[in-house]
Amino acid sequence: MPDADTAVARRAIATAALASVEQVPGAAKPDPILIADGVRRQFGGLVAVDVAHVEIQRGAITALIGPNGAGKTTFFNLLTGFDAPDDGQWTFNGKELAGVAPHKVARLGMVRTFQLTKALFRLTVIENMKLGATGQKGETFWRALLPGTWKKQEAEITARSEVLLARFKLDSKRDDFAGSLSGGQRKLLEMARALMVGPEMVMLDEPMAGVNPALTQSLLGHIKDLREQGMTVLFVEHDMDMVRDISDWVIVMGQGRIIAEGPPGDVMRNQAVIDAYLGTHHDQSLIETEESFIDGEPPAPATEEGERS
Amino acid sequence: MRRRVIALLLGVLGLVALTLGAGAAPAQAASGASVAGVLVNDGAPVPNVAITVSATGFTQTVKSGPDGVWKVELPKSGSYKVSLDETTLPPGVVLSDPSKNNLSVLAFGGLPATVQFRFGSGTVATESFLDKFLQLFANGILFGLVIALAGVGLSLIYGTTGLTNFAHGELITLGALTTYFFDVVLEWNFFASVVLSLLCCAVLGYVQDKILWKPLRRRGTGLIAMLVVSIGLGVFLRYVFLFIFGGGTRQFRSFNGQEGIAIGPVDVTAKNLIGAAVAVLLLCITAWWLMKTRLGKASRAVSDNPALASSSGIDVERVINVVWILGATLAAFSGILLAMSQGANWAMGFSILLLVFAGATLGGFGTAFGALVGSLVVGIIIELSTLFIPPELKNVGALVVLIVILLIRPQGILGRRERVG
Amino acid sequence: MDWGFILSQTLTQAIAPIAIVYCLAAIGLNVHFGYTGLLNFGQAAFLAMGAYGLAVSVTRFNLPWWLGIIVGLVLTVILALLLGIPTLRLRADYLAIVTIAAAEIVRLFARSVTFRETLGGSDGINGFSTSFFSSLNPFNRQQPYTFGPIHFANGDVLFMFLIGWALIAIASLVVWLAMRSPWGRVIKGIREDEDAVRSLGKNVYSYKMQALVFGGVLGCLGGFVFALANASVQPDNYASDLTYFAWLIMILGGAARVGGPILGAMIFWGLLTLVVETLKNATASAIIPESILRTDQVGQIQFMLVGLGLMLLMIFRPQGILGDKKELALDARR
Repeated sequence: MPDADTAVARRAIATAALASVEQVPGAAKPDPILIADGVRRQFGGLVAVDVAHVEIQRGAITALIGPNGAGKTTFFNLLTGFDAPDDGQWTFNGKELAGVAPHKVARLGMVRTFQLTKALFRLTVIENMKLGATGQKGETFWRALLPGTWKKQEAEITARSEVLLARFKLDSKRDDFAGSLSGGQRKLLEMARALMVGPEMVMLDEPMAGVNPALTQSLLGHIKDLREQGMTVLFVEHDMDMVRDISDWVIVMGQGRIIAEGPPGDVMRNQAVIDAYLGTHHDQSLIETEESFIDGEPPAPATEEGERS
Repeated sequence: MRRRVIALLLGVLGLVALTLGAGAAPAQAASGASVAGVLVNDGAPVPNVAITVSATGFTQTVKSGPDGVWKVELPKSGSYKVSLDETTLPPGVVLSDPSKNNLSVLAFGGLPATVQFRFGSGTVATESFLDKFLQLFANGILFGLVIALAGVGLSLIYGTTGLTNFAHGELITLGALTTYFFDVVLEWNFFASVVLSLLCCAVLGYVQDKILWKPLRRRGTGLIAMLVVSIGLGVFLRYVFLFIFGGGTRQFRSFNGQEGIAIGPVDVTAKNLIGAAVAVLLLCITAWWLMKTRLGKASRAVSDNPALASSSGIDVERVINVVWILGATLAAFSGILLAMSQGANWAMGFSILLLVFAGATLGGFGTAFGALVGSLVVGIIIELSTLFIPPELKNVGALVVLIVILLIRPQGILGRRERVG
Repeated sequence: MDWGFILSQTLTQAIAPIAIVYCLAAIGLNVHFGYTGLLNFGQAAFLAMGAYGLAVSVTRFNLPWWLGIIVGLVLTVILALLLGIPTLRLRADYLAIVTIAAAEIVRLFARSVTFRETLGGSDGINGFSTSFFSSLNPFNRQQPYTFGPIHFANGDVLFMFLIGWALIAIASLVVWLAMRSPWGRVIKGIREDEDAVRSLGKNVYSYKMQALVFGGVLGCLGGFVFALANASVQPDNYASDLTYFAWLIMILGGAARVGGPILGAMIFWGLLTLVVETLKNATASAIIPESILRTDQVGQIQFMLVGLGLMLLMIFRPQGILGDKKELALDARR
């Protein structure tokens, strides 16, 4: 694990790179890893996402915030191929991603997590981890029947999984079913599993939702670690303290559009942002920290989509 | 929960025992199984026509009597083939559909299994393509209404509970069989029978939800587990029906063999016309209920988002219960309508269930109006397809269309695309 | 009551070719539903592909029996692809509807008068098994064989019995090997949450297709056994009832357990035979009066029991005999 000095240094580099960026929606970044143009998604008459232009800086932690129903999760789904836009292009590392299947997006190095944790309940924690590894020989049907062809690679993957599990303090749960973990532990597992893919960019959808306060700090630490290891992070979050604490840059969405961008301190004073929050939810505090969950269980799945699977 | 299920079983078994007590009285031959029919052309009996009933190791030929009636006693229960010797038909009388000569019939003890041969007056071959098309189109609309009645209920239940109800076909069958029971066995007035039968099915819908599905929902049983439960329930009920009513296809006492009325080139029977009108009326009432009443609007809200509906003060369980009652009643009428044109038998609901699914899927599962449109389309496709493919394969055409639709527009005609995440 | 006969029948049927057929069908379903979470309600169609592929090749095209087997397998793969392409991208219950529809389509085609020349209509096809048995069967084809309470009507049945159990052993071994490999890990992951697996860079669609083909081929083996053991194929043997029996067997034994379908098939056919033979005996010897139950209605009771069993198992013991309730309680789809 990188020491404190390099951590500070990395943050300083990211901050410095973003210092000269104009604080307007759709601002150009010095070294963007992801560039999206004209991405639109409509549900019936409702325009869920209508992003004219956005760039995400490489090697930085970018937060995507906005009131409920602003289209953050839908935007995530579009970028990662889980939903198809009505219109729009975006590139990741210069590669055109519109219309690319979600598994191919992941293989290109853009890996996401989900708002409602998708731990694979009836698989053990270590199996969950091993599933994340790419390029496994034993994942083709015919080779699967000949254990000799994949045993060696399997051992390497197991070793790599165990290292990550230890780092995320899940090593004691190695052989438990993932479904038996607490909400926060599932979030940790999901993040660790995403790292097994070897991503260049990690997209976290509400990594703190439903996490026991005791685990919050360690989760924050892990997200910062991702930056130290040179990964780009884009995350959706409601908890403004957390956004302020770890992000280098904040993008604000309201009613499907990007309404503001800037460093965390500045953007929260932006009048458009305050209006967006107050305008849609008068009764809701800007900072949603009181929604901590006593038993560590995730909240009832009343998502903004309200879909039924 | 366990007690409720046992109570359900006891209730059903009690019903079986009661009906058996009533139905088993007539003395029977060695096997009790027989097959019979009446040959009627244009209201006149057709005598002296040779009918052959055969199975492996058994063949018997009889001639129809002066009243057109023929009957064959069978050595044992099972599947038999019945064919009519077309050369023995009097001049000018032909089968309206020559491909429907070699018919299969399942014969069990009890009342004879019936086989109907339909005659035309030799004009079949001379019908123009357009006339045929219009006739089939009209038949298609009628059949589409049958499917739609069941499909709307199926779709509403799916929308509000998420349950893909594979036991919906048995509600259709029950509607036809209870009507048969009141109309033929008890010899009550036909219209009273229909109303009573709808009432019975409404009660069954209510009871089914209360003692089976509601407790399962409360236990948090998964949708897939519930789907499998509904399949089990369907198989169980189907064979209870077979046990009680036997394997034959039976006609209602009233309006049997009604003559058609010619409307332009289209030939329809008055009973089908009135049946279709009532079906349309029922569907309109359903639509009005969905759009205008508090409970109906609530049911749409529940379909849209159950969590939100419940948190905004809608009594979701009550809505679901009403939807079950409505769905069962509509399905029952669908069964009665179907039985009026094709006769009632123990597996009729199951045999059209897939078409009901096709209709509901085509329209967008979970949307009541979609189910209506989809069902009409399926009904029309099925009938029109007989212009090009053999009638015995017409259902295949509809199922293939279902698969193709899934390929190009999975959300159905009126459905919405789903969101992930 | 002839308890000796009833018990001997029970034991025989628990391991007889019919149990083998349903066991293989259930092993295939176990791959579909137990491991992958696919709702296949048209397993009967895969068995029909095997049975008809063999029967039609041998009787209508005069091919040797082993080529008939290959034709059956190829047809099974084609059917799985046809079913999978439109449905595997869609919500799980669409697959249920499409598979059940496909199984009906297959049966309607098979029994249709239009294709009677090739497919035999509702009488089916026979006379295709002679070359298979006469070239392979080491036992006396006419003589009955009896081992203690277990009775085989002739050498062909005994031979099919041995071949069938060998097939079950091989199928179970392959399933076991596959499911403990990384391939099986992806498959089980898809059962839990396919979006999660997709987000990890796996081509979920392709894996679901592989599982559909794999389970279909296992079911197709059951179709070969069915056709050869009966020495005939009949369209109505491949009705949806077959699929429901196979589901019951899989859930009874325990889904996602390699031994589940084997245990399930033996117990299912044993119990069913016990009940049916007891009832037949009781009605024949008038212990149960004819006014309550006639001998020809025993078959209907059998189906009622299957429906009821499927319901009650799913409600009260969805994990089956071998399953672990705790593990099932973690089911993410609940």
